Amino acid sequence: MVLGIESTAHTFGVGIAAYDANILANENSIYRPTAGGIHPREAAEHHAKVAANVVSRAIEKSGVKLSDIEGIAIALGPGMGPCLRVGATIARALSYKLSVPLIPVNHAIAHFEIARCSTRLFDPLIVFVSGGNTMISAYEEGRYRVFGETLDISLGNCLDTFAREVGLGFPGTPILEKITDKAKEFIELPYTVKGQDLSFSGLLTAALRAVKEGAEIEDISMSIIETAYAMVVEVTERALVHTGKREVVLTGGVARSKRLTEMLKTMVKVHKAKFGVVPPQYAGDNGAMIALTGALELKYGITMELENSFIRPKWRVEQIDIPWYYYYKELR
Amino acid sequence: MTFHGITTIRNSDKIISIGAEAVLVKIDWYGLPAIMKIRVRKEYRHPTLDRFLRTKRTISEAKLLMEAHKIGVAVPVLYDVDLKKCTLTMEYIEGVKARNVIDSMEQHELRNLFSTLGYYVGLMHRAGIVHGDLTTSNVLITERGPFLIDFGLGSFSNYLEDRGVDVHLLLRVLESTHYRVAKKAFEYFIEGYRETFPDIVDELLNKVKEIRMRGRYIIRKRT
Repeated sequence: MVLGIESTAHTFGVGIAAYDANILANENSIYRPTAGGIHPREAAEHHAKVAANVVSRAIEKSGVKLSDIEGIAIALGPGMGPCLRVGATIARALSYKLSVPLIPVNHAIAHFEIARCSTRLFDPLIVFVSGGNTMISAYEEGRYRVFGETLDISLGNCLDTFAREVGLGFPGTPILEKITDKAKEFIELPYTVKGQDLSFSGLLTAALRAVKEGAEIEDISMSIIETAYAMVVEVTERALVHTGKREVVLTGGVARSKRLTEMLKTMVKVHKAKFGVVPPQYAGDNGAMIALTGALELKYGITMELENSFIRPKWRVEQIDIPWYYYYKELR
Repeated sequence: MTFHGITTIRNSDKIISIGAEAVLVKIDWYGLPAIMKIRVRKEYRHPTLDRFLRTKRTISEAKLLMEAHKIGVAVPVLYDVDLKKCTLTMEYIEGVKARNVIDSMEQHELRNLFSTLGYYVGLMHRAGIVHGDLTTSNVLITERGPFLIDFGLGSFSNYLEDRGVDVHLLLRVLESTHYRVAKKAFEYFIEGYRETFPDIVDELLNKVKEIRMRGRYIIRKRT
């Protein structure tokens, strides 16, 4: 049994997972800014405040004894420094107290693993879209390779910022999707795909400018959503043809989007591949995915010494060997 | 066979490839063997956006092909553009993909191929054209020398960055697919490039190095 801690951005989460990828607890507390975007220090203060409570809730819900816990997994990055430090401090303390190893987990890879595990699509092209990340990735020769990603802000950040700036509130994506039904006209906005990579900052600026110049908010909402999602699907399609993968999974917070799901499904069908979406409770940042990935890592002996457990705010997925990739197959 | 957005593909026409963006069909164009590149409708996209993108990209690729041809780069001659159907019709080039024959080439053949390629890319870069997908799959070996094809990801640009990406892509494919001859081939390429665009060679090579260092293939810094 592994206990995992997530604290890379606005969520402080604790999950407990068994080696057979069974998730026993998934408790999360999300910091909601009163105005504006996430302030890293305020988010960190929130995490510090709720941490003890979330940890005990998770242990209670799972019904496991502290002595059953064989490792503490911690998301060391990528993420916001102050937030990461809170989670890392708690993980170190727990590991020391329980005399069990610390397991370093990459936050993005945890999103990949929970998606593979929950959709039972074990060798997919992965579309990872959230408030902090936009990435198309797939496993090849020992590591997850990145076949396309954003060059500036993430998809979720683009849509949330737009919704917030025009006064629609948070979280932006579902609100935007809801009002698109009332849109009458598609308005042309910057569509930026550079080879395999994406850029959303120009799209955001242009959409905000259009609203300022008097365009209907419903029209712009629909147009920004259609444009941004089409960019993601186009790059995914290219990566699908390039890698020859037969499965596609959607993961990350924006995986809850109905429209993006529908668009990807339509594209994937043309290529006769399989498509899966991570369940809503594992879409946004959560502790369960860290615990699950930690359990896989511990199975393969991946741990770290307490004195080396530095946070890694810019940790990239292609730096990490994935020896457990085919482990799920043994479980089936 | 029917595709969305197009009405007629005759039985005698042969589908050469179905890519992520377009379908290539070999057709007979008033007695000439030709390739029709069809940018198919994407069901998943908003119809207005879909039409806009396909039209824009068809125009852009046509302009790039024309311009490259004009300055003396061996590319298929453009026969026809149909913006309604979003198709380009161009000369059919009889040849084999460089990718499939490079490894069995003699030294002088290799030199011929890559110095010519460098010569062409230098010409293009000097004229403000970048290819955008410069791999050995997009070079055809013919009796008339090497031909550059597929300008679908190309653009008009004078940025060193974009030129660097072109050369970086070629180098990457050399090292991953043609690793035995990669070093020599790249030397020949630069030799040819130096003939047509000597002014920027040093800058360009530095840029390529920089792109490699930051490349997502190693560790990319996010800012």
